[in-house]
Amino acid sequence: CTKKLDLAPTNDVTSVSVFSTPAGYKQALAKVYGSMALIGNSGPGSASDIPSQLVSDAGSSDFFRQFWYLQCLSTDEAGWTYHGNTDPIGIHQMSWSAASQAVAGSYYRSFYVITLCNNFINESSDANLSKRAISGTDADNVRRYRAEARFIRAYHYWVLMDLFGNPPFVDENYVIGSGTLPKQISRRDLFAYIESELKAIDGDLAAPRTNEYGRADKAAAWSLLARIYLNAEVYSGTARYADAITYCNKVIGAGYTLHPKYKELMLADNNLNTDEFILAVNYDGTSTQNYGGTTLLVHGPAGVTADTSGLNGTWNCIRMTQQFVDLFDAQDIRGQFYTSGQSKNMTSLLDVPTDGYSSTKFRNKTRTGGKAPHVDAGNTFADIDMPLFRLAEIYLIYAEATIRGGANSGGVQATALTYLQQLAARARPADPNPNASVQLALDYIIKERGRELFWEGFRRTDLIRYNQFTTGAYLWAWKGGVASGTAVDSKYNLYPIPSTDLSSNPNLVQNPGY
Amino acid sequence: QDRVISGRVTDSSGRSVSGASVSVKDQNSRGTTTGENGNFSLSVPSSATALVFSSVGYGAQEVSIAGRSSVNVTMQATAGSLNEIVVVGYGTTRKKDLTGSVATVTAKDFQKGNITTPEQLIAGKVPGVSIVSNGGQPGSGSKIRIRGGSSLSASNDPLIVIDGVPLDPDGINGASNPLSFINVNDIESFTVLKDASAAAIYGTRAANGVILITTKKGRSGGPLRVAFNTVNSVSHITKEVPILTADQVRAIVNANGTAAQKAQLGTANTDWQKQIYQTALSTDNNLTLSGGIKNLPYRVTLGYQYQNGILKTDHLQKTSLALVFNPTFFDNHLRVDINLKGSMEQTRFANQGAIGTAVSYDPTQPVTSKSNRFGGYYEWLDATGLPALNTASNPVGLLEETFDRQKPMRSIGNAQFDYKFHFLPDLHANLNLGYDISKNTGTYYVPDSAASGYRTGGSKNPGKQTKQATVLDFYLNYVKDIKSIKSRVDVTAGYSYNDYQTKNYFFRGYKANGDTFPATTPPTFPFDKPEHFLVSFFGRFNYSFNDKYLLTGTIRRDGSSRFGPSHKWGTFPSIAFAWRVKQESFLKESKGISDLKLRLGYGITGQQEGIGNYGFLSSYSLSSTYASYYFGNMPYQAYSPSGFNAGLKWEQTATYNAGLDYGFLDNRITGTLDFYVKKTSGLLNYVAQPAGTNFSAYILSNVGSMDNKGVEFSINAQPIRQRDMSLDLNFNITYNKNTIKNLTVVPNDPNYIGLLSGNAAGANGFLLISAVGGSKNTFYLYKQVYDAAGKPIEGLFEDKNRDGIINDLDRYKSKSVDPNVFLGFSPNFNYKKWNVGAVLRASFNNYVYNNVYSNLGKLTQIQGTYTTANGSVNYLETGFKGGTDLQPLSDYYLENASFLRMDNVNIGYNVGRISHGKATLRLTGTVQNVFVVTKYKGLDPEVGSGIDNNIYPRPRIYSVGANLDF
Repeated sequence: CTKKLDLAPTNDVTSVSVFSTPAGYKQALAKVYGSMALIGNSGPGSASDIPSQLVSDAGSSDFFRQFWYLQCLSTDEAGWTYHGNTDPIGIHQMSWSAASQAVAGSYYRSFYVITLCNNFINESSDANLSKRAISGTDADNVRRYRAEARFIRAYHYWVLMDLFGNPPFVDENYVIGSGTLPKQISRRDLFAYIESELKAIDGDLAAPRTNEYGRADKAAAWSLLARIYLNAEVYSGTARYADAITYCNKVIGAGYTLHPKYKELMLADNNLNTDEFILAVNYDGTSTQNYGGTTLLVHGPAGVTADTSGLNGTWNCIRMTQQFVDLFDAQDIRGQFYTSGQSKNMTSLLDVPTDGYSSTKFRNKTRTGGKAPHVDAGNTFADIDMPLFRLAEIYLIYAEATIRGGANSGGVQATALTYLQQLAARARPADPNPNASVQLALDYIIKERGRELFWEGFRRTDLIRYNQFTTGAYLWAWKGGVASGTAVDSKYNLYPIPSTDLSSNPNLVQNPGY
Repeated sequence: QDRVISGRVTDSSGRSVSGASVSVKDQNSRGTTTGENGNFSLSVPSSATALVFSSVGYGAQEVSIAGRSSVNVTMQATAGSLNEIVVVGYGTTRKKDLTGSVATVTAKDFQKGNITTPEQLIAGKVPGVSIVSNGGQPGSGSKIRIRGGSSLSASNDPLIVIDGVPLDPDGINGASNPLSFINVNDIESFTVLKDASAAAIYGTRAANGVILITTKKGRSGGPLRVAFNTVNSVSHITKEVPILTADQVRAIVNANGTAAQKAQLGTANTDWQKQIYQTALSTDNNLTLSGGIKNLPYRVTLGYQYQNGILKTDHLQKTSLALVFNPTFFDNHLRVDINLKGSMEQTRFANQGAIGTAVSYDPTQPVTSKSNRFGGYYEWLDATGLPALNTASNPVGLLEETFDRQKPMRSIGNAQFDYKFHFLPDLHANLNLGYDISKNTGTYYVPDSAASGYRTGGSKNPGKQTKQATVLDFYLNYVKDIKSIKSRVDVTAGYSYNDYQTKNYFFRGYKANGDTFPATTPPTFPFDKPEHFLVSFFGRFNYSFNDKYLLTGTIRRDGSSRFGPSHKWGTFPSIAFAWRVKQESFLKESKGISDLKLRLGYGITGQQEGIGNYGFLSSYSLSSTYASYYFGNMPYQAYSPSGFNAGLKWEQTATYNAGLDYGFLDNRITGTLDFYVKKTSGLLNYVAQPAGTNFSAYILSNVGSMDNKGVEFSINAQPIRQRDMSLDLNFNITYNKNTIKNLTVVPNDPNYIGLLSGNAAGANGFLLISAVGGSKNTFYLYKQVYDAAGKPIEGLFEDKNRDGIINDLDRYKSKSVDPNVFLGFSPNFNYKKWNVGAVLRASFNNYVYNNVYSNLGKLTQIQGTYTTANGSVNYLETGFKGGTDLQPLSDYYLENASFLRMDNVNIGYNVGRISHGKATLRLTGTVQNVFVVTKYKGLDPEVGSGIDNNIYPRPRIYSVGANLDF
C-alpha cells in the first residue's frame, strides 16, 4: 500500500495541465508580465505575491511602487508625508537599513519575478514543447514568450544590480523549491550576465514595434543595453559609451518618434503613445487593479483634487523638494506642479502634506480631458500605463554617452544636440526660442533628465552616475535627515541586502558599510 | 464437570466495580469481567480452587472458591497497583513492566459532574498534562498540552486514539470539538503516553504525546443487566465583564462629548450582558444493557444529552449509541472485540459575536424598539432609516436572528481480532480494522429582517462536509517466560495503515429568500477532496531479567503522503531501561518501601499535524478578473504558481526521560517523579526562503529548534484506610520551561527578531513573539510609563534603546502566555455510604493580556466613532482618551493570571438495594467551577491564547445525578 503515498490535490491545476496548451503558456506569460503590474493573483488589496512579513501593506507591494520608493523617494524628486508601520520610513532621509521594509519590498519583488521567469523558461524549453506536442506556429510563439521571459528576467537583474549591486543569483538551472542556497554574484559579473542575455535573445524577440502592445521586442532589449552601457562604469568599473551609442542608434533607427505633446504622456489613454513608448507596464482600472504603479502617482501627490487627478481624491503622501522645483523655469511645461494650498519649501518632511509642491504629471483622464476608459466603481484605480523605456530616455542616453565617451564613442555631437533640442522644443511649446537653453553638457543633462523623466524611476541612478547622490555636490531638502540637506556616507549608493535574506542564505555577504 | 460461580465486586465504599477481570487461578483462559453493577458469573472447571480478581486501580485479590457458588469481593483501591494491565500502543503491558512515562486515569478518578467532552474527565489529574477548556459553550473543546507542546507553528495537540483508532485531529465542521462525539459514560480509562519511549511506537504523530482512550467492554455470562444513569444540571454565569453603567456612560458623554454625541444618548438602563445570558438547564441520560449470550458478551449504551448554553439560543442535542461485543471462539483462542459508536448532534450555535457586543453596546438604549422592523430590536439607523454602517447590531437581535443550525454525526468503530496460535499459545496475531466516519450538513440563516443582514436581504448559507478515516493494524506478539534464565521476552511487530479523507462541498451564497447574491458566481468546483495517508511498520521488544531489569526498544517507520518523494519516510526509534530497585535483596524485605523503580528512556518522535496535505507540491491558480494583464487589447487571466517545499519533512523531537516510581507503607503512598528534556528540531515554521528559490518568499519549512525541560511529580496518599472510612489524596505538580534555540537557516541570526503572532482587538500589530532565547508566545510590548501617582500616562512609553524615538525597537520581551508551574489536587473521602470529592487546579505565571481593558477602556470607545458605546471600568482608572496607535501595545494591560480553581466538588450517597433488592441506587451531587482565586482583573484567568477578548464565560454548574442498576 505504499503507492498510496503519492497523493495529489483534487482540484488544483498543476504545471502539467497549465503548460499543456499554447493558451496556457500565454496565461503563464501574463503572470510573468502581470507580476510587475499587480500585487498578486486576487486583486488590489490582499493576497500579495510578497508575504506580509516582508511588506506589511499588501496593497503597496507591487513592483513599481516599491521600485519608485527606492529610485525617486530617495532623491530630490519626492518626500513622503507619513511614517506609520506601512510607510517607506527613512528612504527620503537616507537612513534606511537592512531591516527597512521598503528595501525588502523591491528586492523580493524582483526576485519573485525572476523566479517566475526561470520557471517559465524551463517550462518552455524545446524539450518540454516537443514532449507536450506543441509545434509549428504555436511552438514559435512559445519560443518568443520564452525570449521575453529572459528579457524580463534581465530587466529585473538590472533592477537588482542597480539597487543592491551584488544580489544572489539564480537562473533556469536552479531547481525551484530545492532549498539549495543560491550564490552571490558580483555586480561586475551580473553586468556581464545581463549583457550576454540581452544579446542572446535578440534573434528570438519580435522586431521593433511588431509585437502586441505590452510585450517586449528587440527595441526593449536594445534600450536596456543602452541604459546599462551608460552606467557601465558604475556597475562594472569599465566605461562602455561606444556600446551605448550603438544601441541607441538601433532603437532610434527602428522608427520611434517623440510623442508631440508632453502632457499626453502620462494619461489614462497613454497606451496610444506607441510612437514614443518602447515598453510599458500596463495598468487598467477594471482589469489590472493596483494601489501602486501609476495609481500611486495619481493618488499620492499631496493636495491634488479629484477634479484634477481623475481619481477619487488625494492620499497626501508625495511632495517635491524646492530644489527639484527649481530645475524648471516658467517656460517648461513638464513640471506640472500642483501648488494650490501648497508651499514651495519642504519645511517639514513628515506630517505636513502642504509643505512642498506636488505634481499633476499623472492624471487618470484622456487626452480630451474625458473619463478614463476603464473606471472602477469606486474610481480608485488608474488606467495609466508606466513606460519602462521611451524614446526620450534613448535621446538623453545618446547625448550623455556622446559627451562622456568623446570622440571614441561613435556619437555625433550635432546629432546629440538635435535630440536635446527636440526634447526642449516639446517641453517649451510657448518659448519662442526653446533651443536657447539647450547645452550639450553634463550639468545640463542631469537636470534635463530630472525634468523629462521625473517620477518615472530614474533619479537615483542618474544622481549616482553624476556623483551627486550621497555627496555634498548637490543637496536637497531633508537629504540625510536635515532640512537643508547634508552629505551622507557613500555606502548609501547601494541599498543593503535585506536582513531577512541574510538570515536565510549564509552565502550572502552584506554590502559594505551596512 | 464445570460449575458456575457468581457474585459481586465492590470497592471499599460499596460502589460497584465494573469491568473488573475475574479469572480462574492458574487458568488464565477462563475468565470474565464484571458488569455495570459489579456482578459476574463464571463457569469454572471442577479443578479450580480460587478466583483472581483484578481491576485497574485496585489491588488484585485471590479468593478461594472451595465449596462456594457465590463470592462477593471488596476491592482495595491502591493507586499504584503493580499487576494492573496498562493499555499501551498496540497492546497491553503489566504496569510493573513499564519503562516509559505512562499515566493512567480510570473511571473512578474522573472529574465529576456535567462533563460533555472526554478530555475534561482528566483535567488536573495527570502531571505534565495541561487541559484548558476553550470556554463555556456546551461541548466546546480544550487546549491539551503534554509537556509544553513540541511545536511552534504546527500542531501541539496530542494524538488521540480510541480503542486503537487514531482520530482525525481536525474533526468535522458543525461540531465545536472533535471529541464531543464520544459519550463520556462509555469511557473506561485514559492512558497518557508522555515520553518518547512510550509514545515512539506512534512515530510521526507522537511528538506531542499520545492519549489512549479505552471504552467499556461487554461481560461474559449472566443474565441481562440494566443500568440507568442520569445527570441533570443547572448552569449560570458567575460574573459579568465589569463595564460602565448607563448612568456612567451618560455622565461621561455629557461631560466630554460633542453635541451630536450627547444627542445620541438614550434614557434606558440596559444591562446587555444580563440580556444575552440565561440560566441553562441540561440533562444527560444513559441506559446501558449488558450481559452475555453464551460466548457473546455485549454492552449496549444509549445516550441522550440535551445541553443549553448560558448564551441564549445556544443548544446542543446529542443522541448516541454504543454497541460492544466481545465474543471468543475456539476455546478462547480467538478473541474478538467489536466496538461501534455512533452519535448524532443537532446544534444551534449562538452567534458568539453577541458576547463582545453585549459588553460594548450602548447601555442607554433599550432592547426593543416600538417598531416591527429588525425583529423588533432596537438598532442604530442612518439618515435613510437603514441599519447604520460600521455600527454594532443589537446583541439580543444578533442572538435571536441568527440561526446557525448544524447536524453533525459521527461513527467510530473497530473490530479487533486477537488470535492465540493453537500450536504456539505464546504467539498472538492481532488484527484491528477501524473506521471513523462523519458527516455534517447545516445552514447558516439570517432572516432578511435582521439588522445584520438587512442591507443584503439576509443570508442562507448551506454547508456540507464528510470525512472518512480508515485504519488497519496488524501485529504479531510473542511473550515467553524463560524461567531457566529468569527472563521474559515480549516482542511485537506490526504494520499500520491510516487513511484520512475529507470532502468539502462548496456552495454559492444565497439571500434569505433563496435568491443568489447578484455579485457571486457559482463555485468553480463542486467540492474538494483533501486526503492524507500514513503507512507504518513498527516493532517493540521488551526484555526483563529476574523481574528486576527491564529493557524496552521500539522502532517505527512511517511513510506519509504529506511529504515529497525523498522525504516521505521517517524512522523513529526509542530505548528505555528500568530497574526495579525494590526487587533487590536489600529492599525486598523492606516494610517501609513497598515499591521503587528507576526508569531511563530516550527516543525520537515526529510531528506532521497542523500542516496542509500537499505543501510539497506546487499548484497553479488562475487570477481573478481584477488581476488580469493586458496584451494588446485583451486582458488575460494569469496562471500563478504557489509556493511549495519539496524538501518538507517531519518535525523531530528527541526526548530524554528519567523517572522514579515509588511506593511506601504498603503502597499507601505512591507516585512518580519524572525529569524530561524534549529537543525539537526541524520545526515546521513559516519562514523566509533564500530569495529566488521559491514562488513565495515565505514557505512552511523545517527550520529552527526548541527545547522543553521539565519536572513532573505526583503523589497519591491514603492517610485513612479503614473498613468504613478512607481518605485518598492525589496531588501532582508540573514545571515546564520552554526555550527557543534557533529560528533561522543561519543559526542565531541577530537580524531576526522572531516570529510574531497574536492579534488583539483594537491593536495595530502582533502582541506575541517567539524569539530565540525566550519561550514561545512571549508578550512583546512597550513598557508603560506611569505618573507619580502610579497612573499610566497615555501614549508614553519607555524609550528602551534611548534613540529618542518610540518605535518597534523599544518593545521588549516580557512574560509568556503559558504557565511554568501547574498543579492538580484531588481529595476523596469515603465514609460508609457517603463519598465526598473535589478537584482543584492551579496554574502559576500564565500571563494574560486584558484586551477588554485595552480595547474598551478609553473615551473614544465610549463616545464612539459613529455611535455611543459602552466601555470598560478600566476607563475610570486611566481616563485614557484613545486614538494613540501604540497604547494597545502597552504592558499595562498585561497581567499575571495565576489562579487556583476548584473544578468541582462532588458528593455521592450509595442508597444500596432498593425495590426489594432488585436494584441498587446511587445518588450524586456536583458543583462545577466552584471558585477561582486570582488577581487577574478580567472575567476568567484561564485564557488559552493569552489574549482575553470576551471568551464564552465558563458557567457554574450544579448537577444532581442518579445511577440505578437492575
